[in-house]
Amino acid sequence: MSKSKTSKTYEDQAKAAVNKAAAYGEDIDIKDYVNPEEKYPYQEDPSKLEKKTKKDMLDAGIILDDPAQRSGTYLQMDSTPVHFSASQEGVEVMALSQALEKHDWLTDYLWKAVPIDSDKYTANVELNDNDGYFIRALKGQKTVYPVQACLYMAQVKAVQNVHNVIIAEEGSELHIITGCATASPDEPGLHIGVSEFFIKKGARVTFTMIHNWNPEIAVRPRTVTIVEEGGLFLSNYVLMKPVNSLQMYPTARCDGEQATVRYNSILTAGKGTNLDVGSRVLLNAKNARTEIISRAITIGGNIVARGYIEGNAPDVKGHLECRGLILGERGTIHAIPELKGDLAGIDLSHEAAVGKIAEEEVEYLMARGLTKDEATAAIVRGFLRVDIEGLPPMLHAELKKAVAASEKDLM
Amino acid sequence: MLKIKDLSVAVEGKQIIHDINMTIQTGETHVLFGPNGAGKSTLLMAIMGFPKYKVTRGSIHFKGKDITGLDVDERARLGIGMSFQRPPVVRGVTTRDMVSACLKGHGDGDAITKLAEKADLQEFLERDINYGFSGGEIKRSELMQLMAQRPELTLLDEPESGVDLVNIALIGELMNDLLEKDCPIADRRCMGLIITHTGHILDYVNARTGYVMCDGTIGCVGDPHEMLATIREKGYNECIKCYLGRMQLHEQK
Repeated sequence: MSKSKTSKTYEDQAKAAVNKAAAYGEDIDIKDYVNPEEKYPYQEDPSKLEKKTKKDMLDAGIILDDPAQRSGTYLQMDSTPVHFSASQEGVEVMALSQALEKHDWLTDYLWKAVPIDSDKYTANVELNDNDGYFIRALKGQKTVYPVQACLYMAQVKAVQNVHNVIIAEEGSELHIITGCATASPDEPGLHIGVSEFFIKKGARVTFTMIHNWNPEIAVRPRTVTIVEEGGLFLSNYVLMKPVNSLQMYPTARCDGEQATVRYNSILTAGKGTNLDVGSRVLLNAKNARTEIISRAITIGGNIVARGYIEGNAPDVKGHLECRGLILGERGTIHAIPELKGDLAGIDLSHEAAVGKIAEEEVEYLMARGLTKDEATAAIVRGFLRVDIEGLPPMLHAELKKAVAASEKDLM
Repeated sequence: MLKIKDLSVAVEGKQIIHDINMTIQTGETHVLFGPNGAGKSTLLMAIMGFPKYKVTRGSIHFKGKDITGLDVDERARLGIGMSFQRPPVVRGVTTRDMVSACLKGHGDGDAITKLAEKADLQEFLERDINYGFSGGEIKRSELMQLMAQRPELTLLDEPESGVDLVNIALIGELMNDLLEKDCPIADRRCMGLIITHTGHILDYVNARTGYVMCDGTIGCVGDPHEMLATIREKGYNECIKCYLGRMQLHEQK
């Protein structure tokens, strides 16, 4: 990214944080990974990408053969943006580096939501070669089809530094699908993604992220969303494939009155997978609302499922639901739901449950003629069925498909 | 035909019922009376084959086959169905999913809609099964699932408990449908075994044979209406006294 656009102070702040470990998750030595050297040619027509690459991306929800289903596309391989385009008026989709050339004002948004010195990962993004997507819906523009973005890791043992900025201007509506994937099925790599969302007055954004990594990849996303008055942010996260280590704690700040945030996440961890994933919402303005729902399944892996809601203004309301299912003999789920309120007139609640499939439920279904395996599958499918209010039907169908495709692996 | 011979059942190592003998011919409906804790539900659970209910002695034959060692699902597929008194909530599994599973492909969405209309549960099809259902709704939902399953032997555990007067008539109707009561007995392929504590259900469903269970065994076999009249008049204590008295008579012999 064009470093001249960011100020010198950012660099200093970042340098001061290069060794700062993250609050959660295993500490990763970034020096174990190289900066990607290879640059990739720009692809005017993304359907001409290699078949295998397209398949990897499709598994993460990225459709390249039918542009009619999307209102824009952004593709990045390692640190190179290889394609970006928008097909709907009023929507901008481009590489952040290019957006910074185009919009002078954009520097005001960089590191405004995510503190640059959060930890060594955010610092690393600032101090190294990085790019990412810039997606913006202009005032009052409503997209029907989603914008899709794919971050693809091609080079092995490399670190992918990504910085994304998403802006939904006043009264706009934006649906985004992001898919992350790797070329190699088993080589290590590190993905660091900083994402900053700005949801202006009355704007609505749905953000659906599907991860399709390999069992050796470490992932450290750093995401903060600022929601203004009457804005809506709806985030869905699906991780059904193996990964080595993933730690993230995306945060949404409801800074405007009646701002609403919903987080839904579906996590599965097989043997060798370590997840420390949560969602955090700060209800900073009157009548702000949130609901955080997570479903975690372990089939031998370790999951820390966090959730945090803080009520800092009158008449806010938040609910946290965290349910974990342990399939098989091993695996850990540690649910940590937290609520904090320091004034009267707030309404925060949570429910958490971790356990194995209830025998009683299996037997109930078996008494109707289902075999033990069929009964178990039906219960797991039910467990993963999260009804997402406010998600357009098409996205709902795609999300369902992504979960269903992975259920087979799970069973 | 269901034939139970010298059956004893233990739960978690504790003997709950013993020396049960019972034969239900195809087309017949039998009724089990008895005070709380007599072992009525245990008998039903053992016939259905739930693993917690261990048969320690005796056998269960159904349609000429020894099913004593079969799993719950095998018995269900062989034609035994049961309405649960307190079925579990299964989150994410809808009532429609359950009915569809019971139909086993022998019916489509239309068939499900028709069943839901019959059971007055149209609004419940997309809800998670049993989640927030009232007592009466649970009963109707259980019977609706059984109507989709069409078992040859229907086991009903207190179908009238917790049900108001308006609902009980509908429940009686569903049970009569399930037990083919509109057919002459010779043409029926279904049979039923109903647990009833209060006996109210007999006002709606006809039954040919009744049993009084106490202390884990069958104390008395006879005409269910006659039994009910005695129980209503004198209570179960009288039954127990009678049973114990007759036990003594037997022992003196």
